[in-house]
Amino acid sequence: MAESDQSTAHQVDSSAEGGATNAWLLRLYIAGQTPKSLAAISNLHRICAEHMVNKYSIEVIDLLEHPQLAEGDKIIAIPTLVRKLPQPIRKIIGDLSDTEKTLVGLQLKSKTV
Amino acid sequence: MFTHVPNYPQIEKIETGIIGFDLISSGGLPKGRTTLVSGTAGSAKTLFAVQFLAESIQRSGDAGIFVTFEEEPADIRRNVKSLGWDIEAWEAAGLWLFVDASPDPIQDQVEAGRYDLGALLARIEYAVAKIGATRLSMDSLGAIFAQFRDAAIVRAELFRIAYVLRQLKVTSIMTSERTQEYGEIGRFGVEEFVADNVLILRNVLEDEKRRRTMEILKYRGTSHQKGEFPFTIVSGRGILAIPLSAMELNQKSSIVRISSGNDDLDKMCGGGFFRDSIILASGATGTGKTLITTEFLKGGAKHGERCLLFAFEESREQLFRNAEGWGIDFEAMEAAGLLKVVCAYPESASLEDHLIEMKDIIEHYKPNRIAVDSLSAMERVATPKGFREFVISLTSFIKHQEVAGLFTSTTPTLMGGTSVTETHISTLTDSIILLRYVETNGSMRRGLTVLKMRGSIHDKDILEFNIDGTGMHLGEPFHHITGILAGNPRDASFG
Repeated sequence: MAESDQSTAHQVDSSAEGGATNAWLLRLYIAGQTPKSLAAISNLHRICAEHMVNKYSIEVIDLLEHPQLAEGDKIIAIPTLVRKLPQPIRKIIGDLSDTEKTLVGLQLKSKTV
Repeated sequence: MFTHVPNYPQIEKIETGIIGFDLISSGGLPKGRTTLVSGTAGSAKTLFAVQFLAESIQRSGDAGIFVTFEEEPADIRRNVKSLGWDIEAWEAAGLWLFVDASPDPIQDQVEAGRYDLGALLARIEYAVAKIGATRLSMDSLGAIFAQFRDAAIVRAELFRIAYVLRQLKVTSIMTSERTQEYGEIGRFGVEEFVADNVLILRNVLEDEKRRRTMEILKYRGTSHQKGEFPFTIVSGRGILAIPLSAMELNQKSSIVRISSGNDDLDKMCGGGFFRDSIILASGATGTGKTLITTEFLKGGAKHGERCLLFAFEESREQLFRNAEGWGIDFEAMEAAGLLKVVCAYPESASLEDHLIEMKDIIEHYKPNRIAVDSLSAMERVATPKGFREFVISLTSFIKHQEVAGLFTSTTPTLMGGTSVTETHISTLTDSIILLRYVETNGSMRRGLTVLKMRGSIHDKDILEFNIDGTGMHLGEPFHHITGILAGNPRDASFG
């Protein structure tokens, strides 16, 4: 999996091959290259690689550069991960350092487990 | 000796345009600062937050940002439409921008790791820059605390937002809910530390009546009026505060005399009432208060003055018929544009609303003399405190117009005594006329005396009077009777 340049606002990191439809569409909102933002990016990549092999794409939006993009998803906290696909939309806030809760939030794991 | 007081730079204030509030706050909200507006549910916090922006848009075209943590923008737009505020039009004109941070009822939010509210701050900064906003309202803090588990993070972020707004020179309001009318300022116990200034809105149930008040609790480094001030909400205008003690008593005093409408009474008063005086006519039911009022209006119209009557006891038909019975043609006065009769049941509105409406009518009609028959009827719909404020406010307002005002007051007992109205108003009035029943030798007669006539000599006798088809006629003093005012007339000749 290739890491693309993190300074771009729209950083799409897709592991899907040959234009196949991704099962997972994830959007991560950050505000600048803060420790929390960087942690969230690396934690997300790790979790995706482990749990949604070859079936995901990640879009990173830096609100310091594109604050207008926060309005649509009503983002308040940073970092916030939005699961756009599969439906329904779900939000997970924080730097995703708590893997268990992240997986529950993404519904890759049920709460009771 | 006074010690030298260093001259600190005054904190500049911006007028909110909320009537009354600017007077209470000695000029409005501190410019570039954050003011916390705290109140219980239903205390009109959101309305205050909306009106703060709406007034500035309407008055000076200054743009504002509304950050909502609770209600959705669509709901807010709809709710304030009845007040005459078209938020959609302002949004289209770039004068209003929502930052929608209302919770999504469907979406579940999971917290997985460290976070801050940097996105909210980024959105606020972006919105302020986008439309060049100078004002911002945030409604309400309770709702944002509810969206996140860690109150410490929210608190720290609110500090940061308040700090950034100050750097951006944006004057802002944050609303916060309280659980009690008297007690902690905010539910989370931290809100007051976020803002330099605290305004409390109250909606207290007092003797089965709702009473709204506002109080500035803290205004760091700047002056303001202290204590609670009643306010009301009027459709089409929003919040209107009624500053009582804040009103200045700077009215001039006139020495011009006007006719009471009754030659005998004029004579007793040393030549008539003063043009800008407040006169109280007090007596039991049936002693002739409405007659004095009617003659007062006739006296005005006769000299081409515009007369205004607020009637809280009798209907228009009754009043016109009464006047006719005393040889006074109200219809002709009305047709000549010299009389306006406003009848209302005291119960039809709250005292604050009555007051606002009366002020509106006075400002619009611009009368030369005003009569209120009776003022004491309003006691029924208010708490003693509320009534006192009403009387003081109305009196001050009329005095400011520099017109003559005649109020009547019904005493609770037939044979004398005083009413609550008199207690509150007597020091504010320039003249007091007492009307009394006098029982002598098995018959009921009527007596009148001028108890007080500020700035003039007056007849101190208690005169007997009769009422016939041409009005009131004063006769001879009750020379042999004492104790009339006390409601206990006795024949003085028997000792």
